[in-house]
Amino acid sequence: MVATLQLTDVGVRYGKQDVLAGVTTPVLKGGEVTAVIGPNAAGKSSLFRRIAGLLDGPGDIRVDNGTSGAQASHVCYMPQDTSVNTVLTVYESVLLARKQGAPRKVSDEDLQEVDRVLFSLRIDPIAFKGLNELSGGQRQLVSLAQVLVREPKILLLDEPTSALDLHRQVEVLALIRSLAREREICVVLAIHDLNQVLRVADRVMVIDAGTMVSCGPVEAVITPTLLQNIYRVDGRIERCSRLCPHVIIDGPLELA
Amino acid sequence: MAHSPAIAMTKGRGAYRVLVQRKKLVLLALAVVLVLSVIADLGLGPARYSMHEVVLALMGSPDVSEQISVVIWDIRMPVALMAVVVGAALSAAGAQMQTILNNPLASPFTLGISAAASFGASVALVFGVGFLPWAIDYVVSLNALIMAMLAALFIHFMSQRRGVTVETIVLLGITLVFTFNALLALVQYLASEQALTAVVFWTMGSLTRATWPKLAITTAVVAVSLPLFMRRAWALTALRLGDDKAASFGVNVRWLRLETMMIISLLAAVPVAFVGTIGFIGLVGPHIARMLVGEDQRYFLPASVLSGAAILSLTSVISKSIVPGTIFPIGIITALVGVPFLFSLIMSTRRRAW
Repeated sequence: MVATLQLTDVGVRYGKQDVLAGVTTPVLKGGEVTAVIGPNAAGKSSLFRRIAGLLDGPGDIRVDNGTSGAQASHVCYMPQDTSVNTVLTVYESVLLARKQGAPRKVSDEDLQEVDRVLFSLRIDPIAFKGLNELSGGQRQLVSLAQVLVREPKILLLDEPTSALDLHRQVEVLALIRSLAREREICVVLAIHDLNQVLRVADRVMVIDAGTMVSCGPVEAVITPTLLQNIYRVDGRIERCSRLCPHVIIDGPLELA
Repeated sequence: MAHSPAIAMTKGRGAYRVLVQRKKLVLLALAVVLVLSVIADLGLGPARYSMHEVVLALMGSPDVSEQISVVIWDIRMPVALMAVVVGAALSAAGAQMQTILNNPLASPFTLGISAAASFGASVALVFGVGFLPWAIDYVVSLNALIMAMLAALFIHFMSQRRGVTVETIVLLGITLVFTFNALLALVQYLASEQALTAVVFWTMGSLTRATWPKLAITTAVVAVSLPLFMRRAWALTALRLGDDKAASFGVNVRWLRLETMMIISLLAAVPVAFVGTIGFIGLVGPHIARMLVGEDQRYFLPASVLSGAAILSLTSVISKSIVPGTIFPIGIITALVGVPFLFSLIMSTRRRAW
């Protein structure tokens, strides 16, 4: 069965203050990549944490047509903050991610899966380094390995490529794209680079000032109007010689 | 660099297995040190016996005199084993405090749990002496236990508040240490001369108070607690990746913390209740374990337990060796040895990940 995720009027409340409200999506299916975009502090991370079951709030989160399956074991969440202060090695940290809620004994299959994930992200050369010795980009890759090793069906990635160099960004997003297709994973990812969104996402959800502004196919949502209204920049969407759409920024919007 | 998938994908597994073997060897080595230390501990004391006599007495041989047998089995054995069990308990408590509070300086001693226990005990010693003379050991212990648990719960609930950082918790612990030391001073001021002597001696921490029943209770607490921790080994290790990560893996972070803190307070309080304040074991033991085997709880916890036990046992040997024929209160020795260690730890935390 293909995994599905659907949000209905989902919100997040800190104390008496609503930091996010009214997020409603169509049924997001396994195999699709949904990008969540929006300015800083718009409520994107709160949305991710809400879906992952780390925050409370109103609304209905349906996983696989069952209500509130947020804690279901096949929903995996990669937080934005990957800083850690531990001497655990990369290998140990990925293995322990796999062993949560699983039989205590480490099986050959567990180790094979860890090796496979480390290799697919090309972090096998640093497998036995301590997490405290890694760079920000390396930590992000390890963090991604920790969620992938759990063989998720629904994958929530909060800015998974923010600390990566261009090559790694392209590589990792391509990997996420192909994993989504091959394993029918429903991927929801927050990302700032609109050109990357145009490359990898099937659907875009725009969050601004604690509400969902729009949600739909990539090229229908990412428009000059969006650039003006949400990001306050002047820009165009043009096709390159290979007919791929690209966002071209002309400059900040002149405030009248 | 050639990056052959087939080779690369088995290399990790192999290297991991080698590391696990190495960790198991480290545990074995720690156990050997511990056993040797206990034998040395049994051999030392005001009455001087040869190692040969000690070993014979241990084996229950009829060739040794009744007197040697009694000294070894009834006087030295409870003390030597108490060192092992108390060291294990304090070190396990420290290890888990450091884990759940995400704090390299956390230990029952530095966060005021030992001070709270001392205060509780002093209240019993000073005000409770006349009431229950037949159960005085346990009144003192029970008081110490209750105060230690209250202090542990206080630390726990404060650490759960929003915006509380690693530094705040250490500062909070310092305030607890000061508070309970002041209260202890107040009780001492009000105490009779006889009770005062008892309190002062009690706060020094000495293993010579060990008896078989106390040893049995402490052992039982350790024997119940450690499997509880080991059952949660993967979840506890996951806490080291941060709360959000652990929670997203399905760990009930809040509940795990509370549960662990309750077990810790028992582990920290029972030894203090029976043998008085023994500092630094709960700090030093886990740090040595972390350096030797890392932070995977499946190895970190046993290593902490073994190193804590070995350190306290070795300290017991030292406390008998400084002035032959005299046994120094062990709390004094651990503090003297522990302070330079704590100092170097504080100075190096900026460089290493604890």
